Amino acid sequence: MENKIRVSNLNFFYGKAQALYDISLEVPEREVIAFIGPSGCGKSTFLRTLNRMNDTIPIARVAGDVIIDGENIYAPGTDVVALRRKVGMVFQKSNPFPKSIFENVAYGIRINGIHTSKTDLNERVEKALHDAALWNEVKDRLNTSAFGLSGGQQQRLCIARALAVQPEVILMDEPASALDPIATQKIEELVVELKRDYTIVIVTHNMHQASRVSDRTAFFMLGKLIEYNKTEKMFQNPDDRMTEDYITGRFG
Amino acid sequence: MTSLTAICAAFVTGLLLLIIGYIAIRGFSSINFQFLTDTPKPVGEGGGIGNSILGSAMMTLLAAVIGLPVGIAAGVYLAEYGRNWYGNTIRFVADTLIGIPSIIIGIFIYTLVVLPMGRQSGLAGGLALAVIMIPIVARTTEEMIKLVPSSMREGALALGAPQWRVSWNIVLPAAASGIATGAMLAIARVTGETAPLLFTALNSRFYNYYLDQPMSSLTVQIFNYATGPFEVEHAMAWAATLILVGTILIINVLVRTVTKRRY
Ligand SMILES: Nc1ncnc2c1ncn2[C@@H]1O[C@H](COP(=O)(O)OP(=O)(O)OP(=O)(O)O)[C@@H](O)[C@H]1O
Ligand SMILES: [Mg+2]
Repeated sequence: MENKIRVSNLNFFYGKAQALYDISLEVPEREVIAFIGPSGCGKSTFLRTLNRMNDTIPIARVAGDVIIDGENIYAPGTDVVALRRKVGMVFQKSNPFPKSIFENVAYGIRINGIHTSKTDLNERVEKALHDAALWNEVKDRLNTSAFGLSGGQQQRLCIARALAVQPEVILMDEPASALDPIATQKIEELVVELKRDYTIVIVTHNMHQASRVSDRTAFFMLGKLIEYNKTEKMFQNPDDRMTEDYITGRFG
Repeated sequence: MTSLTAICAAFVTGLLLLIIGYIAIRGFSSINFQFLTDTPKPVGEGGGIGNSILGSAMMTLLAAVIGLPVGIAAGVYLAEYGRNWYGNTIRFVADTLIGIPSIIIGIFIYTLVVLPMGRQSGLAGGLALAVIMIPIVARTTEEMIKLVPSSMREGALALGAPQWRVSWNIVLPAAASGIATGAMLAIARVTGETAPLLFTALNSRFYNYYLDQPMSSLTVQIFNYATGPFEVEHAMAWAATLILVGTILIINVLVRTVTKRRY
């Protein structure tokens, strides 16, 4: 079977500064892939090439192919709006809209015309909030501002928002960085559960998280993909010395 | 250094209070119901500024109806798509327009509207005020939109929202209170304009409900009363000034209360 995402020889530049070097990797459908690596190594940049979010940065330039479901998303004439609908994203910094909690989750459903009725919309919002482990905390104040939520709650709201449009691939950029251990655990359980329906790419700084939730792990350093392997192999017996040093924390 | 700036700030505030206080003292005694509703009468027979208040309101409203949508749309364009030579040109023109003395805009509308129509009119006055408003509203709108964090746009784009929907349902509401402030300040600004109305709307001694007729305005009426030879006229000028300044002040206060963030 064709892999869901195929990246080949991807190079990425912010102006003259190269941020990614010759990345190639494949992501099978319905697996969880973890991206790990030191800060500034290009994990977010790479993640954002998968839904062309870098298009919003005027100086950004990309060379190489990203093929999702057999189609090169950088081919001229690609429907970027449809692409982003299919490849959802949870950002590193939570970014709720200046709307109510309900409307934050309903927004994507509305613009994509997914719901069939008002009741259906309500149910979808509720389900998304449940899935993001936020429902119990917000069910009594759905119509209050999303800015009144705590940082971790805002992050889960953004996860709910992304789930509500039912993408096929979900890109998560450190979705648990602002969460306490209990919420983090809920998110991890969610990721494992979502795997049944979605292909998930998750950036994390937490090695335990990577080993707990992912099927495969990619280790980046200075814009290069150092190693990409099955997670068990990666954490027990990595091919590359640098990977081992990084995972075991022996990194200077 | 801090104390020096504090003194300057106090000086400015003091000056403003002094001006308002002086106008209030000079103007307050002449204000009554008749003054607010009557039309101008020959000297000594009383008279008022009712038609001028109506004229100012009508022309400002016309200016807002034309100027706000055009200005806001232009500002959205500049902020969201204006990173090219076309945007830069519009920005330059807008900034130049903001800097032009308003009397020039009066002459412009005079040539463009009054001469072909054959007479001064409320329409021409309103258009002149609209032309003054548009660049101000466009530039403040642009600035306010640029303050909306790009992460918010990205959040919407990532859900599969097309660019125009992001501008319309996410960026505009997020910038709404700032845009409203800019709009109200622009309205306050044109309410106080005299020079562009002298050529375009002229004045009228009667209540005039038709936009194709010359129309009175508070500012032009103040100018007429103030330059008249009689003391009673001067008193009425002060009273009308108080009304005008009061209105502008109220608009500014409204801006502050209305724009308290909802979300
Ligand atoms: N908008 C931008 N303009 C210019 N350079 C950028 C931009 N965004 C990121 N960079 C640079 O690209 C490199 C990779 O950044 P990126 O955000 O992808 O790292 P990261 O691996 O996600 O780091 P972290 O773990 O800290 O989030 C860094 O050197 C960063 O400074
Ligand atoms: Mg990052």
